[in-house]
Amino acid sequence: MGILEVKGVGKRFGGLQALSEVNLSVKENTVHAIIGPNGAGKSTLLNCLVGKLIPDTGSVMFDGQSVLGRSPHEINQMGISRVFQTPEIFGDLTVMENVMIPCFAKRDGSFELNAISPTRKHGDIRDMAEQMLIDVNMQDKRNMQASSMSRGDKRRLEMAMCLVQKPRLLLLDEPTAGMARADTNNTIDLLKEINETRDITMAIIEHDMHVVFSLAQRITVLAQGTPLVEETPDNIKGHPKVREAYLGEAQV
Amino acid sequence: MLGLDKKDFTLLLIVSALVLLAPLLLNPFPEGSAMAQFNAGYPDLMQRFVIFGIFAIGFNILFGLTGYLSFGHAAFLGAGSYAGMWMLKLLSMNVIPAIIFSTLIAGAISFLIGWISLRRSGIYFSILTLAFAQMAFVLAASVLTPITGGETGLQPALSDPRILPEFLGGGSVTADGNIPKPSLFGIEMTASSEVAVGNWLWTLNWGYYLSGFMMLVAFYIAIRIFRSPFGLMLKAVKSNQQRMSYTGLNTRPYMLACFVISGMYAGLAGGLMAAMDPQVGAERMQWTASGEVVLMTILGGVGTLIGPVLGAGLIKYFENIFSKINKATLEVWFGVFPDWMTDLMVTIVYPFIGKGWHLTLGLMFMAVVIFLPGGLVEGGQKIAKLFSRKKEPETPGGEAKPAE
Ligand SMILES: Nc1ncnc2c1ncn2[C@@H]1O[C@H](COP(=O)(O)OP(=O)(O)OP(=O)(O)O)[C@@H](O)[C@H]1O
Ligand SMILES: [Mg+2]
Repeated sequence: MGILEVKGVGKRFGGLQALSEVNLSVKENTVHAIIGPNGAGKSTLLNCLVGKLIPDTGSVMFDGQSVLGRSPHEINQMGISRVFQTPEIFGDLTVMENVMIPCFAKRDGSFELNAISPTRKHGDIRDMAEQMLIDVNMQDKRNMQASSMSRGDKRRLEMAMCLVQKPRLLLLDEPTAGMARADTNNTIDLLKEINETRDITMAIIEHDMHVVFSLAQRITVLAQGTPLVEETPDNIKGHPKVREAYLGEAQV
Repeated sequence: MLGLDKKDFTLLLIVSALVLLAPLLLNPFPEGSAMAQFNAGYPDLMQRFVIFGIFAIGFNILFGLTGYLSFGHAAFLGAGSYAGMWMLKLLSMNVIPAIIFSTLIAGAISFLIGWISLRRSGIYFSILTLAFAQMAFVLAASVLTPITGGETGLQPALSDPRILPEFLGGGSVTADGNIPKPSLFGIEMTASSEVAVGNWLWTLNWGYYLSGFMMLVAFYIAIRIFRSPFGLMLKAVKSNQQRMSYTGLNTRPYMLACFVISGMYAGLAGGLMAAMDPQVGAERMQWTASGEVVLMTILGGVGTLIGPVLGAGLIKYFENIFSKINKATLEVWFGVFPDWMTDLMVTIVYPFIGKGWHLTLGLMFMAVVIFLPGGLVEGGQKIAKLFSRKKEPETPGGEAKPAE
């Protein structure tokens, strides 16, 4: 039994069957990659896991509990965090504040009327956020307005916001898209270290095969809304079905 | 100090000093001088400055932090006034129960209206709040006449019970058979002492100082909210609600709490209005009053601490002082020119003064929105920057960021 069990999930948008009969099992403390051509339904699948979409059919179980019908904040409080394909951060706020908000959510739950004590007096939160910024090497950007940063930095910030919550399952939708090579490598190292030392299970969508093969223990290939194969990285390379799905795309 | 950092504490001190000295500062011109009509240091007007300051501070907690534009805040102001007036009629002329009750009632009503309106955001939220406020206005003017006095409004009467003992402001009639006046443990709100220095005349009024004190309390609480984790969450709502949900935060209770707090500020302002000038009519709930607080906040600086107070002061000054300039005054001013020129000048300027003060305010509002989107506060910051640059041209990044 995996920590995440997706069974028979289907989702239809008007005439488009975006997902059909998707089964996915992510084992605890592994990195599971989901790859597939554009429009395969990868992001749609993640949307079904975090409460953004409700699938038409099937079930999604996290740690033995169904997530279907729960709202996004409840699913996050269960221990699932998500990095979006286009960075979702608090653009008007500083980098530090961006990281502190998830810390508050983790410590105080989905609502707490903390209206009188000054934010700066919450030393535990400040320390937690500060340490996270050091981990992602952004401590010198602490007081920058988040929206003024480069796309790569925004992604790194969003990742920090998810990681600082110590989620049990981290969903990453193309975390290195828009990053420079060096940053991509740093991200790989960071995710690897986090997976090994902090017991965070990860499901990662990625087009960059270098990232996929550096991190993943299992890979699921999705094409036209259905999983084609699920294999170890070694067996994926040169798999005929994968070639077929990616026909005309970059070599796998 | 007081749980504020140095910058905020300094701001609070400055504002306190201004409130304390306002009767002097707002009367800069000697009595009887040509400029004396620009003096604003009389009790009624100063009370209005600080009471609308409270209203705008509360409105800004909602609009400035979360970006939710309510067009119905006058409903809470009016509800607060009616609630306060009932306390003055039933309980006692002491203003303390009146302003407490008005704050609570406004809180309860804003909970109901917020609970429904917050199902939507953006323009739909604004429209919902506007609709509710107009409903409240119509109800107050008609169906609810037994509670609101309908078109005639509500004021204390000789027949009111005022059940509390006399030393707490109770009693239906005074010893000389009049309706008692609102008071604070025996001190009437209209009581003033006048100080004359040379040709200057300053009026120190109890009602003003009570309202001013309440404004300082309201201002202090607003600073605490702005700097608290709750305030941070409200800014997060404005910035990215989607990210907020996926970060495990439930935006609805945050918004509702904010809306209720904001409504309670309006209620407090309404209660103080009733306590300072004990008569309430339904027009206090009209949409123009809701619009006015929006203007005040934008004019002063949305999302800044002091901006709404400045905006409230400016608009009330215009409404009360600028509107009093008449043709005769203009003729005196422009009297130094030849006759034909005097006539011309008066003709040009006249539409912008007196009853035309709205026109001037409108132009000013447009200028602020176009050139100073951060309101008067941004203007102040720009001026301060200009000065600090002139003094020390070499300091890199030496921002003299004045009080927010
Ligand atoms: N909310 C929606 N409404 C209608 N159609 C949608 C919606 N979301 C996704 N789709 C469609 O579903 C299909 C799958 O989209 P999805 O974003 O899941 O693909 P993807 O695998 O993430 O692609 P990419 O690699 O480009 O990110 C696409 O054809 C897309 O246009
Ligand atoms: Mg996608």
